[in-house]
Amino acid sequence: MTIEFLILTILGLTAYSFFLSKRKASALNVINPLDVHSQPHYHGLFSAILTIVPAIILLFLWSWLENSIFKSNLESYFSDVVDPYKINFYVSGVKSFVAGASDTLMNHSNFSAAVEYYETSTKMSLALKSIVIVIITLIAFRYSLNLVTAKFKARDLVEDIVIRTMKYASIFAIFITLGIVLSLLFETLRFFESVAITEFLFGTHWSPQMSIREGQVGSSGSFGAVPVFTGTLLISLIAMLVAGPIGLFSAIYLSQYASNRARSYAKPIIEVLAGIPTVVYGFFAVITVGPFFRDLGIFFNIDGFSSESALIAGSVLGIMIIPFIASLTDDSLSAVPRSLKEGSLAMGATLSETTTRVIIPASFHGIVGSFLLAFSRAIGETMIVVMAAGFAANLTANPFNAVTTVTVQIVGLLTGDQEFDSPKTMSAFALAFVLFFLTLILNIISLSIVKKFREQYE
Amino acid sequence: MSNIIQRNKSEKRFQFYGLLAVGLAIFLLLILLFKIFSTGFSAFNQTYLGVKIQIEKGENLAELDARSTLRKNLRNMFPEAQSRSDKKNLYSLFSPGAYIEFEEMLKAYDGDVIDGYYYFLASDDLDMYFKGTVTRQGNSAGRIKPSQMKFVDEFVKMNLIELQFNRYLLGSADSRNPEMAGILGAIYGSLFAILIAFVTSFPLGVLTAIYLEKLTKQNAFSDLIETNINNLAAVPSIVFGLLGLAIFLNFFELPRSASLVGGLTLGLMTLPTIVIASRSAIKSVPPSIEEASIGLGSSKVQTIFNFTLPLAMPGILTGTIIGIARAIGETAPLLMIGMVAFIVDIPQGPLDASTALPVQIFLWQDSPERAFVERTSAAIIVLLIFLFLLNITAVYLRKKLEKKW
Repeated sequence: MTIEFLILTILGLTAYSFFLSKRKASALNVINPLDVHSQPHYHGLFSAILTIVPAIILLFLWSWLENSIFKSNLESYFSDVVDPYKINFYVSGVKSFVAGASDTLMNHSNFSAAVEYYETSTKMSLALKSIVIVIITLIAFRYSLNLVTAKFKARDLVEDIVIRTMKYASIFAIFITLGIVLSLLFETLRFFESVAITEFLFGTHWSPQMSIREGQVGSSGSFGAVPVFTGTLLISLIAMLVAGPIGLFSAIYLSQYASNRARSYAKPIIEVLAGIPTVVYGFFAVITVGPFFRDLGIFFNIDGFSSESALIAGSVLGIMIIPFIASLTDDSLSAVPRSLKEGSLAMGATLSETTTRVIIPASFHGIVGSFLLAFSRAIGETMIVVMAAGFAANLTANPFNAVTTVTVQIVGLLTGDQEFDSPKTMSAFALAFVLFFLTLILNIISLSIVKKFREQYE
Repeated sequence: MSNIIQRNKSEKRFQFYGLLAVGLAIFLLLILLFKIFSTGFSAFNQTYLGVKIQIEKGENLAELDARSTLRKNLRNMFPEAQSRSDKKNLYSLFSPGAYIEFEEMLKAYDGDVIDGYYYFLASDDLDMYFKGTVTRQGNSAGRIKPSQMKFVDEFVKMNLIELQFNRYLLGSADSRNPEMAGILGAIYGSLFAILIAFVTSFPLGVLTAIYLEKLTKQNAFSDLIETNINNLAAVPSIVFGLLGLAIFLNFFELPRSASLVGGLTLGLMTLPTIVIASRSAIKSVPPSIEEASIGLGSSKVQTIFNFTLPLAMPGILTGTIIGIARAIGETAPLLMIGMVAFIVDIPQGPLDASTALPVQIFLWQDSPERAFVERTSAAIIVLLIFLFLLNITAVYLRKKLEKKW
């Protein structure tokens, strides 16, 4: 019996219990319809739920237990190996050998014994699991069929289950946030055991590369994250300088000047910019914007213009966030009551005067909110800066130099060969923690500003 | 008070700035698309070299060694290539894929005599030269040396060099040789991941939206969930990658680089988008319909599943498609969970190690070979076309199915 067959059996029994209970309930309906509490398909649904739920719970529990038991037993076969990585390597070797994914017998005296153990015990476990689960499913199946009576309130129960499921689904969103906070916090706290929090927040030297051999020069690695933060800030500011004016003026033009027809074409086109994957922007930065700025740099004789400069990454990042600013600003400009605008126009002000002196002040909250949201996007953006900004952590405000950002460092630290539990790996989580809280605060502020503004006119 | 002429001038100037901004945004988009399409278009064709193949009667074609037979026939075409280095230069005009193609051809050939010109895959260096991506300087072009160029000229003179449709690009997985590299493996990885993301996030998102919109009163608990979801929507995608790394890989010990983990991570990322879209779709269903249903004796749950949900479905699906389209283009979280590896096999299931389309783009743009530039653009074209189709579907759904009340 394979696992697929077991699952098919459970599903088949579930479907069968649905139809049997439904049929039995229909028969009850014929005898005296007024006595029957629930409609036949509710009886069917309740029986199906009763049949499948124990089987699923058991299947998950069993698989989880099975995995941890097999893992510890397999590891005991290789207990003479010191390196935990090597043990993992052997264990996964055994697993893929038994699964038929590889046919290499690894070079260890216990390897074939481990293979034999794993092969027989997985087979045993599968057989046992199948028997137990099928028996329990059959019992549930039989019991659920017995429940189908005229008085049985199947509908209330099914609806109760549905509502509960919805409630748990909505609580799941909280678990995601909790998961983010806890997983980041856990690693961050461990990181601060080896590196002082003051050094991380105020140190000005960032070079997390640890040497492999002890006692090498610079083997400790240094984790002063100030250059990383300033780099992030510099690139995001450049992005805002590009996107701010373009986005703001686009929004003004589209909401105040453009005809409805022009607006209905231009707005979706600008929003296409938001739908383009960021990796595409990164590629664009590398093959077009980079060479363009380099040529400009040579033309104007700017010294020290590196090919991975803050300017290149920042301006491409700016293109990406234009639509965020444009559409959010457009929304808040359009939300200003017509009476304000018409009043100003009636007094003889031109449209530009009305816009700058009436509409923009009236929607200022919304505009600030949209800028903050765009800024938080810029801070958290990864691929453009990974491809265009580089990994060198320089403490500089010169946009022609290469700088690095929080996201670039996280990618650099967590891709490729990573040592477990080294401060280098854990520092990525500390950086992500800072990033998460920064964007969270920016987001909360901007959302509350926008909300406040909305209430003002409603 | 400034005079009216000045004021009108500044009015015109202001309007011009607005127009300039809109124009600039559209211009930047066009430049981006133009650059991608113009560099990527040539990657859909590929350079092939013709070789005169002569195999006598009596040879068992299926058992011939493709490599040495092809080389022998090449030497027959160029008898002047005598020295070791000359021969090596001649062979290196071909891709390793040429031998595989020849082997397949031999296996599929019926008949016992081969005599004629057949075309085989050229190396990426020659491909770049023939397409004009690298320009010729004297007798060399890019990585083609003068000692190879004499053979290239010979092929050109005999008219045995041509462009054919690049069947590797859409038909195979990644390869170290640009001319043999394809995105099929990455497409499979993306599809598996997206399927899993949809299966996890769609039911969860819709159920959450129904609960928040219909089944709970506004209280501290529902406010908490609501702000929580709004904030999750703005969490940088890389943070979701770290969550996936910590939860799915380190805690649940799911296989690294598998599209299953990628899909689950993308699903968590898409969830807030789906909840927000579903809520506004559910909100727009007129209460009169629901009240009529309740008035006829339906329970709340029956009303939701028989009326509210079907009527809100177009809006929910539109939001879901837009969320999924965003997830398809997402790269950063996939880097965190190790879906960034050189994988030459096409994944057979969501548990196999794989990459995804955007990750493949990231990997290729990092490759030093010149030929990967146009292939990166070509992969981007495929990705953009896919996203375009998804968005068109979303717009169509919104236009056709959504009722205005």
